[in-house]
Formats: sequence, C-alpha cells, structure tokens
Amino acid sequence: MHLSAQNVSFGYRRERRVLNGLDFCIRAGERVALTGPSGCGKSTLSQLLAGYLRPQSGQVTLGGDALPHAGYSPVQLIYQHPERAINPRWRLRRTLHESWHPDAQFLDTMGIAPEWLERYPVELSGGEIQRFCIARALAPQTRFLIADEMTTMLDMVTQAQIWECVLEQVTARGLGLLVVTHSEGLARRTCDRVVDFRELTAG
Amino acid sequence: MSDVNIGPAVGAEVSSEGPGTPIEVLRVEGLEVAFSRYGKGWSRDRLKVISNLNLTVRSGEIVAVAGSSGSGKSLLAHAVLGILPRNAHTSGRINFMGKALTPARLKKLRGTRIAFVPQSVEYLDPLMRVGRQISPDRQAVLAAFERYRLDPSVAELYPHQLSGGMARRVLVASAVVGDPQLIVADEPTPGMSKELADKAMKHFRDLADAGVAVLLITHDIDLALGYADRVAVFYAGTTVETAPADDFDARERLRHPWSQALWQAIPANGFQPTPGHQPYAGRLPQGCLYAPRCPRKGHDCGHHAPPTVTIRGGEVSCCYAS
Repeated sequence: MHLSAQNVSFGYRRERRVLNGLDFCIRAGERVALTGPSGCGKSTLSQLLAGYLRPQSGQVTLGGDALPHAGYSPVQLIYQHPERAINPRWRLRRTLHESWHPDAQFLDTMGIAPEWLERYPVELSGGEIQRFCIARALAPQTRFLIADEMTTMLDMVTQAQIWECVLEQVTARGLGLLVVTHSEGLARRTCDRVVDFRELTAG
Repeated sequence: MSDVNIGPAVGAEVSSEGPGTPIEVLRVEGLEVAFSRYGKGWSRDRLKVISNLNLTVRSGEIVAVAGSSGSGKSLLAHAVLGILPRNAHTSGRINFMGKALTPARLKKLRGTRIAFVPQSVEYLDPLMRVGRQISPDRQAVLAAFERYRLDPSVAELYPHQLSGGMARRVLVASAVVGDPQLIVADEPTPGMSKELADKAMKHFRDLADAGVAVLLITHDIDLALGYADRVAVFYAGTTVETAPADDFDARERLRHPWSQALWQAIPANGFQPTPGHQPYAGRLPQGCLYAPRCPRKGHDCGHHAPPTVTIRGGEVSCCYAS
C-alpha cells in the first residue's frame, strides 16, 4: 500500500504557494524522515497527507484511492503539542476511547499507567499526554503514522522511551512511518531513508 | 550604585584586555517556588514546582539549564527576573553581583544590567514599532541593530512584519541595548532549523566571550552542549548536577544517574531509554526526587534530600555520586 502526493500544490495566501507541484510517496512498512529548514512546508505536507488540509491542485491518495473524508483515517498525524490535540475538559480515558478501546497490555507497552486514564490533561506532563495521543492514533485501522516533531518538547529520556514504543508498534504492524524532525540524530535512529524537503521541491 | 560599574562593558568598546577574571554574577541558593491554588471547595493548597535549586553563573560563561518543557525551568528564569505570577511564593536566595537581588534593586537593573531574551516576538507589544519598544534611546537601538546586521529601517517595523531570523536578531539586540551583565534567555531556539538555531546560539556565545554572564534555558541539550560552558541538569524542579559541558563527551564523566540517563538517550549515544517518569509537582517523593527510579538508590535516599557536593569540578546532588 502507498500513501502518495501527486503534483500537489497548496498555499495559505493566494500570492504565495508553500508547495508547488510536489510529488511524494511512502510505502507501508517504510520509515522515512523528512528534514529541512523551518517554514519550508514540511508540516503543510504532513497535514495534506493526513487529510487535515486538502490540496488546491493535485491529489493525495492512499492505496490508489482518495483519502476518506469521514470516519477514522488510516493516516494518523501526531504533532508537537499534545495538549492542543485533546479536549482539556475530558478525562484521558474519554480522549483515548474516541478512537478505540485498547487492552491493558497495549497501554502497558505504550508506557501508560492505568491510573492516568482517570486524570485530566492538566494533571499529566506533556510526555504523558503525548503517549495518549500516540495510543489514540494507533487504532487497528491505522496504516500510516506521521510524526511531526512528535517528541521535540520532551527530555531526551522521554523521547527515547516514546520512540522505543512507537517503533515496536510500527514494526509489529508493518505501518508506514513519516518522521518530520530537525534532529539529524533522531532521523537516523528512527528511519531507513532521510529526505531533505528542499530536494522534493527542487525536483 | 557601585555594582553597575563592576564587570566589563559590552558593545563596541570592549576593553582590549578582554573579559578578565570571571566574577560571580548570579548565585541562586536553595530556591523554592510554590503556587497556591484552589483545591476542592474553598480549600487552598500549595504546589511546589521548584525545590532546593542551586546555580551560579559567572561572567564570560554560558550556563545552560536543560530539562523538558513543563518541568519548571522557565520558572527559574521568571524567578530571577521577578516576573512570576502573583500566586507564586518564593524562598531561598538570589544574589546578583554579590548582593541580594531585592525587588527594588531588580526594578533598577532589569532591562539594563539584567536582560531577558524571550522565546518569541509574541512577547513584544504588537502595536508598537520594534525600535521604540526596545528603548527610547534611538542611538542605542541603532548601535545594537548594527551589531546584528539589522537595517535601521527595521526599527520602524511592527513585530508581525519581522521574518523569523530578523525577529531572533531583534530580540537579542533588545537584550544588549542596556549593556547587560546578565542575560537570561528562555528557550530561544525551539522550532528553528539547525542553521538558524546555531546562529542564535552563536550570538549568545559572542556575548559571553565579551564578558556577559548568560543563563540559557533550553530543552535541547544536544544544541546547548555545542555552546555552553556548563550545563545544569534539571529534574522535577531542581538541578541535580551542574557539569562542565565537556563532561558530556562520556557517560562516565557525568556524576548524577539522571545526567547519565540523559546522556545515553541522546540519539548519537545510543538512544537508550531509562524506565520511569518524573514525579509531578504536588506529588513529589520524600527525600531525593530521583530515588524512585534510581539504580543506585540506598536505604536513606527516600528519607532526606541529598546535599550538593562538588566532585571533579562539577556540583552534584546525590549521596552516591562518584
């Protein structure tokens, strides 16, 4: 299965396009890191691939078909600020169960303590909330995971903890993984292929 | 005041003999910060977010405070600058140039001898041209701008008109306008590409080399190591170790088990996770804060907070450090 962007263009303002006729493709089971300077369009591409944004021209396809516009998306995006990706007034159990009901063993491999389920987001740290966001994005229907600076705001130990869990799941399920990062070291540790965004837009 | 004359001047006329012998510019001793908050009903409790924090910054050096977001390290910056919210209670001692930094003294020094570089232009007044809000002294603004290769016309722009790189230089320029002895920079690089972050760090390095004491608060330990002289490692609201940056070349040179855990989690050093979680403010364990996940834990670690001792030129708060 492929997730691909074909001849995709997008801009937030009419006079300036962030992406102009870009092509990109990632296969299931493949792990690709995307690097490049701030503001070059990496996050925009992530949001297009996950269906958060729709291209102004060109298309994004999953296994040859257009991305579904309703229901659970097989392409899941996780971004840098977990506290902005959840409802602050819900207990984390409800946030997690929005997508699926993982068993205790899965929560354990994700490093989620059972008592955290009953807490509100303000009672957990950023790293702990991010584990919920990742667990929520790993429902059985997921085929591709896009991690846009997913662990940037965490300390190195928490980063290593979270990546260990995620890579284990990605490998076990044969998911495609796209890692957007500024860290060369992280890119090399997590992925088989590193793509410089500027090469995508130049070609 | 005598203290404003101590230390080398920063700017075009740096004395030819260089920064000279380092002097202790900032000393933080036993700092505690707690917030009072409402619990159930009318009850109020205190949430301790910084405990027993010790730190010194000397002239001519960059001390990086490294820890994850939300671990309370920005509160250290806010405590030094006296800009904590009203429900914060602080205790402990903060000295600047050998004398207690009282609110009255702080008011006089802040913006001149003590400067703050915030995270982003969002800290600037969006309705005021950047030149005027940096300083009413136009000559000083233009001199600072020239130093960072900013065109004088930038002074006439509003914050939202600045590009990312320009904004960064404006913020650094705003800190040097008052000829500071201490610069406190809070997370100056997140979201920047490696090149841009390196440029920002280079500005701080140049300031330190000219004799300024720089307290750099960052979550990016990898980046900080390339520029800082010493690194203070933050854990659950306190510094567990302050080590020369070179000590991060090898795991064995670090003193505290948490610093060693951080070291081996850096991608280039193995990307090895250590199990466990930092305790929350309000649910801090008794005794040593690292004890619950410490491999070297002894019987007494859960009972009393470890004293800070100096080992091989670095300070560490651990009874079993070697």
